[in-house]
Amino acid sequence: MERIEGLVGSTAAGVWRGGCCAAVTVTLLAVGMMLLASGGGLDAAQPTEAAQDGFVPMGDIPPEDQLPAAPLLVAAYAVVWAIAIGYLWTIWRRLGSVERELAEVARRVGGREP
Amino acid sequence: MRRFLQVAWLVVRKDLRVESRSKEMLFTTLFFAISSVLVFSFGFVRAGQAVEGAAAGILWIAIAFSGTLALSRAFERERYHDALQGLLLAPVDRPAIYLGKLIGLLLLLAVVEAVVVALVTFLFGAPLFRHGWWLVLLLSLGTVGFASVGTLFSAMLVRTRSRAVLLPVLLYPVTIPVLIAGVSGTAALVQPEPDLAMTRLWASLLVFFDTVFLTLALWTFEPVMTE
Amino acid sequence: MHRRLFPALAGLSLCFFVVAPVLIVRAPYESTMGLVQKIFYFHFPAWMAMFLAIFILGISSGIYLFRRKPAADRLAVASAELAVVFGLMGLITGPLWGIKAWGVWWQWDARLTMAVILELILVAYLLLRQYGGAGSDRLAAGLGLFAMANVPFLYISTEIWRTVHPRTSVVPTLPVDFGIPLWWSLVGFIVLCFALLSVRSRLEEQRGALDQLYLAVEEE
Repeated sequence: MERIEGLVGSTAAGVWRGGCCAAVTVTLLAVGMMLLASGGGLDAAQPTEAAQDGFVPMGDIPPEDQLPAAPLLVAAYAVVWAIAIGYLWTIWRRLGSVERELAEVARRVGGREP
Repeated sequence: MRRFLQVAWLVVRKDLRVESRSKEMLFTTLFFAISSVLVFSFGFVRAGQAVEGAAAGILWIAIAFSGTLALSRAFERERYHDALQGLLLAPVDRPAIYLGKLIGLLLLLAVVEAVVVALVTFLFGAPLFRHGWWLVLLLSLGTVGFASVGTLFSAMLVRTRSRAVLLPVLLYPVTIPVLIAGVSGTAALVQPEPDLAMTRLWASLLVFFDTVFLTLALWTFEPVMTE
Repeated sequence: MHRRLFPALAGLSLCFFVVAPVLIVRAPYESTMGLVQKIFYFHFPAWMAMFLAIFILGISSGIYLFRRKPAADRLAVASAELAVVFGLMGLITGPLWGIKAWGVWWQWDARLTMAVILELILVAYLLLRQYGGAGSDRLAAGLGLFAMANVPFLYISTEIWRTVHPRTSVVPTLPVDFGIPLWWSLVGFIVLCFALLSVRSRLEEQRGALDQLYLAVEEE
């Protein structure tokens, strides 16, 4: 508990020292926000596109709309799976080689001791 | 606070004094900036005329490239004769050293930008001086954002191998938002009917970026430079 | 990290991923986007997992920079690599959805631009760790903090600028039929993130042990 308190205390001290800029930071952020607020109203200029403000559920869609999307959908899921499994495999390979090397060096160290 | 600023000012004076003797950084950076603008303008020429609306982008790219060149030189000098060690061993607040270096760099870039703006106006006929103060604001904010990150990274990398290639690799992704804001704000300013509301929006975004980057840089300079 | 942590987490996330397709198939179609909208159920969680990884990167970078805990550095490297992987998933599934929904593979709008920038920053982080040599751990920690500082801008970018990309505020207001497969996949991705983190930081731990062993051998 003391360790945590000490950690928090010294981190807070560090933050406070670094926070000599805090007043400047807050002032600049406030100025920026005021400029931002006055520069609003960009909404009118931008066009609205598909499903920006909410997804609306629907029943079955006509068959002619289904096919072109399916390959994209399958590709998207396949890519996610491929990347996840591929990455896991690279970790496995790297871990295996490091552990093999570790065992070998440990054996060498152990063998050298009289 | 007073001492902090005094130390920063001492670092600026030192750099200015060293620079005034050889003027190496000033001339090389200036020449590189002018060359960049010329190369880009050749690249964006159609039927003997420069492309419309390229001025803002070329201005900021020239600043980014020459800024990177100046940054890589900024701490290079300190490597010789262990000058950097001496600087870091001084019993002063390390962030003050960072601030001094930053201000020195901003002064250099201010001179370079003045020349680049004049050149871009001349080559592209872009009405950059029409809303002069807005342009100065955008350039100042954008340069501060770019240089604040750049000074930190350049200092970080001074003792790293592959530092020459790693500086642009690290710097550009982090400062692209600043460059985008600068280009967009300047483009809104020089278009046939200037959109001051957009310029103001981008300027306020630059204020945000500058605040965040400067604060982070001042905060992390000390632990990053400590052995 | 406990040796049994990874198999447990991996097994758990596998359960989520096996059930997810069932839920996704049963989810209703969206009225304007149809079938292709179902990419959303992996696209959104991939980005959320990336944000989580960047968040962990930022925190552990800060801890390493100011407290010098080696475990924090290992976690930072692991989470940076993970963030690149999940970002890659998001960056590939996005255009696959966009080509059908918007008619273009890519748009330089605020969110997509920031997403690419974030991915670049993280790749730069990995390049620094790989080629920076001695001392690059602290420098990378500084870069990690800057990466985390960029995330809020990405998250609110579609709130400030109306762009073609669906807004973040869509998610909390989702009807239940869309919500169930989404939250299920999201939990699956988060568990996967922690699983990969555990095994990746174990790799860093073993590398550190190997370096220590080599140093000990040289000293003899």
